[in-house]
Amino acid sequence: MSKYLLKRLVLSVVTVWAVITITFALMHSIPGDPFKSESKMPPQVYQNLLSQYGLDKPVTEQYVIYLGNLLQGDLGASMKSRVETVNDMVERGFPVSAQLGAQALLIAIVFGPALGSLAALYQNKFPDYLSMIIAIIGISVPSFIMGTVLIQFVARNVGFFPIGGWGTWQHSLLPSFALALMPLATMARLMRSSMLEVLGQDYIKTAKSKGIKKSAVILKHAVRNAILPVISILGTTISNLLVGSFVIEKIFGIPGLGRFFVQSISNRDYTLIMGTTIFYAIILIIMLFIVDVAYMFIDPRIKLVKEGR
Amino acid sequence: MEKILEIKNLAVSFKTFFGEVEAVRNISFDVGKKETVAVVGESGCGKSVTANSVMQLLPMPPAFFKTGEIIFKGEDLLKKSENEMQKIRGNHIGMIFQDPMTSLNPTMKVGSQIVEGLVKHQKVSREEAKKKAIEMLKLVSVPQPEKRIDQYPHEFSGGMRQRVMIALAMISNPDLLIADEPTTALDVTVQAQILDLMKELQDKLDMSIILITHDLGVVADMSDRVVVMYAGQIVEQGLTEEIFDNTSHPYTKKLLASVPRLDMKRDETLVSIEGTPPDLYIPPKGCAFYDRCDFAMKVCKDNMPEFTHHSQTHASRCWLSHPMAKGVKGSEK
Repeated sequence: MSKYLLKRLVLSVVTVWAVITITFALMHSIPGDPFKSESKMPPQVYQNLLSQYGLDKPVTEQYVIYLGNLLQGDLGASMKSRVETVNDMVERGFPVSAQLGAQALLIAIVFGPALGSLAALYQNKFPDYLSMIIAIIGISVPSFIMGTVLIQFVARNVGFFPIGGWGTWQHSLLPSFALALMPLATMARLMRSSMLEVLGQDYIKTAKSKGIKKSAVILKHAVRNAILPVISILGTTISNLLVGSFVIEKIFGIPGLGRFFVQSISNRDYTLIMGTTIFYAIILIIMLFIVDVAYMFIDPRIKLVKEGR
Repeated sequence: MEKILEIKNLAVSFKTFFGEVEAVRNISFDVGKKETVAVVGESGCGKSVTANSVMQLLPMPPAFFKTGEIIFKGEDLLKKSENEMQKIRGNHIGMIFQDPMTSLNPTMKVGSQIVEGLVKHQKVSREEAKKKAIEMLKLVSVPQPEKRIDQYPHEFSGGMRQRVMIALAMISNPDLLIADEPTTALDVTVQAQILDLMKELQDKLDMSIILITHDLGVVADMSDRVVVMYAGQIVEQGLTEEIFDNTSHPYTKKLLASVPRLDMKRDETLVSIEGTPPDLYIPPKGCAFYDRCDFAMKVCKDNMPEFTHHSQTHASRCWLSHPMAKGVKGSEK
């Protein structure tokens, strides 16, 4: 197992390095730079700014310097915010996004597979239609519509939910729900189809022939086998939720990490682009690893390590 | 002989989009204590539906019982509620399925799967259940049972898995075992082992077996009596010797003729029964075998033959056996 972990770690480092290099190259190939857009800047000031951030050096040299700083855990100073470094921004924004994401994830994981299972058990009956209507709404309605609708019809009418902002736990309810709907719907649909397949398997019949309760047949035999495809999408889903959603954070006025992804690119904020991308890549790699391990525990046929047998 | 199971006039249909499929049409047979009854027939003749009806494992809907009774130890199973059936399944009646590769749960340890029914029916403790699982695996000759109970189905070969299935079906010491083509998915050498094992356990545990199969070799080897099914009906039934030595129904004759023989010449073609069984959406008014029968007569087309009894145990459903057809060769089609 330790050998596997080591191999996995080395591969992860290589992946992150590839992400860094590709992002760096792409970023510098976009025309413009962080300071071009600011109007009426005297050429001397512009030159000073460039040399201040080391942007006057050749790109390859910048790349080497960046990698060197990164190895020391320094993501650099933001080129737009003159008070905060990229490290500060991630440290400030991530806990907020992560809390929001974790709550959304909880909602999605609890209700998605349950809804899907219900739909499969009552195939072509009312619960099935209801679940699938919810799922279709969840998949087809974009989160910015959902967020606005929630503010307009729920927050404005029920005083309990604040319209926006961040602070108390009430603040997090509506955005969590808006954020959860899409993954919830995806999971419900996946769960439904895989549950339908599993329910037709011979071992379900075997389980029934033992005379055990219907609930035991479903929970012990069907769900555990049907949940595998849902687990496999969890890696990407979790990372997406944790690092924050630009749209939801914007609509609800939440100071999370999500907005930095979009803002950094339109601002050509080089260090922030790199910082958020690397951070996302690392989270994603960790989650994918956790999912692989979880897979092994749920399905004994899957072996991460080849045993010498 | 004391009867353990009596199926009377059972008719099972499936509601589909295109109409009703009459999968089993008014069959009646019984199974005595410690007896092995083979149900034989080609695919789609209703033999598995019959087996699943006894266990009530058919998906309902689309399946539904039209008429009939299934009397098990004096009680009609068709009148029982789902909860009452759960007490019978796996406890008094065990079942083995065709494909051992797919009939065990891949994510559950073999030991837990074997004892799951026992734990429910007899409320035994974990320790006892584990002991019992080891004992059962020993009984079905799985080597190293102590180690094997903690393994998963994918670590077993096909034959070993079928042994596990047998252990699973027999753990509560049922009165009746329904084996739905237990050897079809296994290779020939393993088939014989599994059949021998079933016979051995039957003697040890005093149980009856309903053996569903299309392999007449298996029938000759295992069963006391044979029920031949065609298109949802029983066309012939009798003691195994009677069926093999004194075959009456043309369908049974053809079935027997199509068994490959070891003494066949190399260039001899295998015998097959021409044509296909009738469409059970619109079951024929007359004899269901009419279209494929070599001896079909005018009367067969529109008139359903009744059973003619050749002995107390042997009966067949064919106009040729009718007393009035004495001396008639048939084939006026």
